[in-house]
Amino acid sequence: MRDFWQALRRNRMGVIGLIMIVLTLLMAIFAPLLAPYNPKERIRVTLDSIYAKPSLEHPFGTDDAGKDVLSNFIYGARVSLTVGFFASFISVVIGGTIGLISGFFGGKIDNLLMRFTDIVLVIPDLPLAVVLVALTKPSLMNIIIVIGILGWTGTARLVRSQTISVKERKFVLRAKAIGAHPLYILRNHIFPLVLPLMIANTVLVISLAILNESALAFLGLGDPSTLSWGQMLNFAFTRGAMSSGAWWALLAPGLGIVWLVLGCTLLGQGFQQILNPRLESHHLQKSEMIALEGSHVQQATG
Amino acid sequence: MSLIRVQNLHKHFSLSSGLGKNLVVKAVDGVSFELEKGEVLALVGESGCGKSTLALTLMHLEEASAGQVLFNDNDITTLKGKALKNLRRDIQMVFQDPYESLNPLMTVGAIVEEPLKVHGLGKSKSARQEMVKKALEDAGLNPAESYLNRRPHELSGGQRQRVVIAAALVLEPSLVIADEPVSMLDVSIRAEVLGVLERLKLEHSVAMLFITHDLGTAAHFADRIAVMYLGRIVELGETQDVLENPQHPYTKALLSVIPVPNPKLRRKHIILQGDPPNPINIPGGCRFHPRCPVAIPTCSKQEVALKHININHKAACLLLDHSA
Repeated sequence: MRDFWQALRRNRMGVIGLIMIVLTLLMAIFAPLLAPYNPKERIRVTLDSIYAKPSLEHPFGTDDAGKDVLSNFIYGARVSLTVGFFASFISVVIGGTIGLISGFFGGKIDNLLMRFTDIVLVIPDLPLAVVLVALTKPSLMNIIIVIGILGWTGTARLVRSQTISVKERKFVLRAKAIGAHPLYILRNHIFPLVLPLMIANTVLVISLAILNESALAFLGLGDPSTLSWGQMLNFAFTRGAMSSGAWWALLAPGLGIVWLVLGCTLLGQGFQQILNPRLESHHLQKSEMIALEGSHVQQATG
Repeated sequence: MSLIRVQNLHKHFSLSSGLGKNLVVKAVDGVSFELEKGEVLALVGESGCGKSTLALTLMHLEEASAGQVLFNDNDITTLKGKALKNLRRDIQMVFQDPYESLNPLMTVGAIVEEPLKVHGLGKSKSARQEMVKKALEDAGLNPAESYLNRRPHELSGGQRQRVVIAAALVLEPSLVIADEPVSMLDVSIRAEVLGVLERLKLEHSVAMLFITHDLGTAAHFADRIAVMYLGRIVELGETQDVLENPQHPYTKALLSVIPVPNPKLRRKHIILQGDPPNPINIPGGCRFHPRCPVAIPTCSKQEVALKHININHKAACLLLDHSA
């Protein structure tokens, strides 16, 4: 684990991404302490308090309902992060399972699963997500599930290729020679070596999930009972922020999405550079050391 | 009764060329031999002659295309499921590359214990621990305790190969197939690892098929030597006999290039011309004839079978008939 952190510390992009994500996480966790107002609080709205300019009282101005944009922004991070984490968890579980089975068993199973993956891959995510969310009730749970079951294709392909390369290693042949069952080999010899790359991939999937949630919410398919960044954009866009020149109502959630997605992408790419030997020149010994870290990660998570 | 009797074993791989023509690689093309309990047979040949494929086919890691392998008089080429798993206890393999044949995430203790767990051997964790320790010590890792919690990357090549040997030993097999077990190791530690294998044979009367491209290593402790060329055995006999009185021109050529310490005793080197032919396109007649220094015209027309020179020594060469 220590080696992994050392490698990450040398990767400047990864460190910046990590800091960005941690700051957002802290903001979401301590939202009640940080936010000057509670977005759910009923307030008396006057004409002056709608789309009020940024002031000392409301540093980011107010929105169409006269509510404090900064407070909405701080609480909105909770929704984006929740959707990001849970949806990517679903994606990685589905993609990981399909990738492992496809890569390990090969042949017809591989062909079948990969053609299925191709089909899901070529279906445009967003329109399908719009249809699915529109057909079901747009609750946070449904949004998470829809984003989760549409975002696993990249993970499946990555895990499959890694599985194929691990499968060819001699210790897998030795396990066969011992008489181990294929599922035993898959669980004990292949999965632990694929896991680190899967974790790195998760971070990238999180950013995709957050982006998808924002897009759905912007299109008016967000959970009406929660206020995510995408929904703030939607409200600002559809309720006249543009025409009244209230740029602050768009800027805060827009930059929030960019900030979080950029953070995840930087960290995810940092992870992949460390873990994926094909992206960077690595000595054999080094990759083994990192593979070793996988076992610790597994112990920590499992 | 032989421990293992291989009869006319074939292993062909088909390659689809994409042009609708199927090419067949005849990696193992009619191999027969026998191995007694506690006997060591060295299988010698150059790279690509089918040695490793033969090993994998015997191990049932590759399906045999034709022929029979009788283990204790039972044909094992068609075994499946539980019967195959039980067979695996009796035949174990030591691989060439000790850097690749150990899972980098597992401790030495877990690696050696794994076969026991897979086969449900050992009543308790502590009983298995004792078996693991004994296997490690038999493989020359002393004291075993100090190795149990180490991971492969903390070990040297020689130590890793001993771990592989211990993991094979722990099942108490009656046959070990060792595929170039020392070729990846430093010369300085080869002798030690060979010593471990030799003790196996002497103390546990384990039979061994020892695959190597180095006649010197084969001479070290094999009881018999089989020389393989392009998927076939061309000469088979007792070590002493083959080394001192080689019959096949290929064996003669291999022997002539072994370095001899005494310069006055140096033999004339027989340097073979050309590369070993492609196993897709095997030459007709005797497969060695395009490179053979003593070939006569009939060699390219007539197939040759192994002929007895004496009871324990066979070779496949037409010239043996002519000289006799």
